[in-house]
Amino acid sequence: MTATAPARERVLMEGSEALARAAIVAGCRFFAGYPMTPFTEVLEHFAKLLPDAGGVCINAESELEAVGMTWGALSTGARAACGSTGQGLSLMQESFSEITLAELPLVVFNMARGQQDYYQATRGGGHGDYRHIVLAPQDVSEGVELVQLAFHLADKWRNPALLYGDYLLAHTQEAITIEPMSFPELPAKDWAVDGSLSGSGGSRAVTPLGVGKVGQKALGQEGKAQYIATKLPLMEREVRVETGYLDDAETVIVAFGSPAKFVKYAIRQLRAAGHRIGYVRPITLWPFPYSTIAEAAAGPNVRRIGSFELCAGQMIDDVRIGAAGRAPVEFIGGVSTDQSGFGVGRILDAEVIAERLLALHEEREQPPIPGYDVNSYALQPHQAEATR
Amino acid sequence: MTTTDLPLGPVIDTSSAPTSGARRVEQQKPDLLLTQEHHMCPGCGEPIAVRQFLETITQLDAVDRAIAVAGIGCYTSFSGTMDVDLVQALHGRAPSVATGVKRMLPDALVFTLQGDGDMVNEGLQEVIHTAARGEKITCILLNNGVFGETGGHMTATTVLGQRTKNSIDGRDAEYHGYPILIGDLIAQLQGAAYVARGSVHNAGAVARTQKMFKRAFESQIAGAGFSFVEVLTMCPTGWFIPTPEGPDYMTETLGEVHIMGELKVDGKVRTTEELHAENIHKQREVDDALARGGLHT
Repeated sequence: MTATAPARERVLMEGSEALARAAIVAGCRFFAGYPMTPFTEVLEHFAKLLPDAGGVCINAESELEAVGMTWGALSTGARAACGSTGQGLSLMQESFSEITLAELPLVVFNMARGQQDYYQATRGGGHGDYRHIVLAPQDVSEGVELVQLAFHLADKWRNPALLYGDYLLAHTQEAITIEPMSFPELPAKDWAVDGSLSGSGGSRAVTPLGVGKVGQKALGQEGKAQYIATKLPLMEREVRVETGYLDDAETVIVAFGSPAKFVKYAIRQLRAAGHRIGYVRPITLWPFPYSTIAEAAAGPNVRRIGSFELCAGQMIDDVRIGAAGRAPVEFIGGVSTDQSGFGVGRILDAEVIAERLLALHEEREQPPIPGYDVNSYALQPHQAEATR
Repeated sequence: MTTTDLPLGPVIDTSSAPTSGARRVEQQKPDLLLTQEHHMCPGCGEPIAVRQFLETITQLDAVDRAIAVAGIGCYTSFSGTMDVDLVQALHGRAPSVATGVKRMLPDALVFTLQGDGDMVNEGLQEVIHTAARGEKITCILLNNGVFGETGGHMTATTVLGQRTKNSIDGRDAEYHGYPILIGDLIAQLQGAAYVARGSVHNAGAVARTQKMFKRAFESQIAGAGFSFVEVLTMCPTGWFIPTPEGPDYMTETLGEVHIMGELKVDGKVRTTEELHAENIHKQREVDDALARGGLHT
């Protein structure tokens, strides 16, 4: 470091604060949310930090209003975001659908409980034809970068972007620096409303309906849907993925988010013991890195692919689409929770993960999840009968 | 019957040139409408209310900072015809969207345009909380007591006894519950600075309603808090009555329950008795004015 360049000190910071600070560095000036664990602290930090940055943070009466307020702020051209856990995002889905049709650059923070919201994030829980760009950081320092990228991509495509985090991302302290990232310049938001064109004969309408002002060109409802559909294959070019040890891999593991960092650690340990295991870590969940999975599945030594997720198995659908039969795909994750319900349960443990990876690699049955008493969840007799 | 028995229309004096040039029908539209056309049914009260607030924005010289947030209902077709920067919201969600707009643009004149189904059914908590926060916006409710767009179904403001497609024998308190008097409810909230309920059933009411819009917008511009104007509007189609009967049906049903008047001025709530007394006085004024040959407000 030279004397002229001020040192950017690494500071120990909780994920929630780092995400909020990264958003503000990216120009976010409006946030609205409703407290819900493990998202609550993200809201807290926006509430604390935004006023000093010349912004506004509103503690909305519910998630419905939080996303509505953000919709309004976005309509003025401001960078704005909302967030919750997957449960709260369920309440926001109607607005997510229509905000996408209105082409507003919404950024959403989901501090999810485990990875049970993969379908919600990538398929959408709302109506209509749409996709959100979904970024899944593996830790806080990557989160700081992906938050800034989310705001850029949302503006670039005029399409919502969602940051898929979890309890660990929001509540782990890491030594980080928050550097403002630079992105290619984007066109001015001439579509945004500020009242200045009211009465001019050329007033603007920010609307999901495909109708415009009288005398202005409008796509119509069908045209609007077609236009959104046209953007989808273009947005697919934003795919981001990390891979490791694929050259000689016999087993390929696919994992995302915080658990992927555990998986990578386990694979390094297993590699040291001579097991040829590689990994694919989707950084964008939509667009999903199908071609990377396809290439990995076609590797000369690959015999099997494992999908490791902290849920009953959702991403495995995309892994299978990518593998397209080139190699068998097995689910090796599981519901991982504890009394907190936040998805940091018994499976999220490097040793447990290593055992599951090795069992797949050696074509053994998956070991039972430690401490999980299958008998306490016994099927009722008429349900058990169906298994015969 | 001979032609001389027919009632005579106004006699136009053609002995001298008219004092002003002839005007085409479209020249009668408010400046802030892009076209004279609208998509409403004959006898609908909504276009009258829209004219009143658009003209008020022009009178207040607030045009180049006016932003509308529209809900979903019949009136949504004005989204494309009002020459006002506009954000289209979901059914019920306009107050939150308007909140986001206003917080980013504090100097803008921000108003919502909603119906009773939109605001009082789907979005009740939105408008209540927005009012309680004292959000410096104006919410405009066009209240006709039915879902007009779907073809005349019961809303939260439908009055007891009113027939709709899903209260076919009339709204029954025991079975359907009671109507919500939204203006009265909002007036109780500390964040609400100005609350009024107008109507468009006759010329006097229209003139009164326009004053309400003016006071509401002035209140917003002064930063006094949340302002609210409810307008009772005719919906003969949704009420299943002949078009000309709209105004009378309205005053006899909705108007008897949703009492017209300024419900809260400068933060002071007025009682129903005060409103009734004022209405009688106002009606007398209107009758006198009509007897004199016209209303000049």
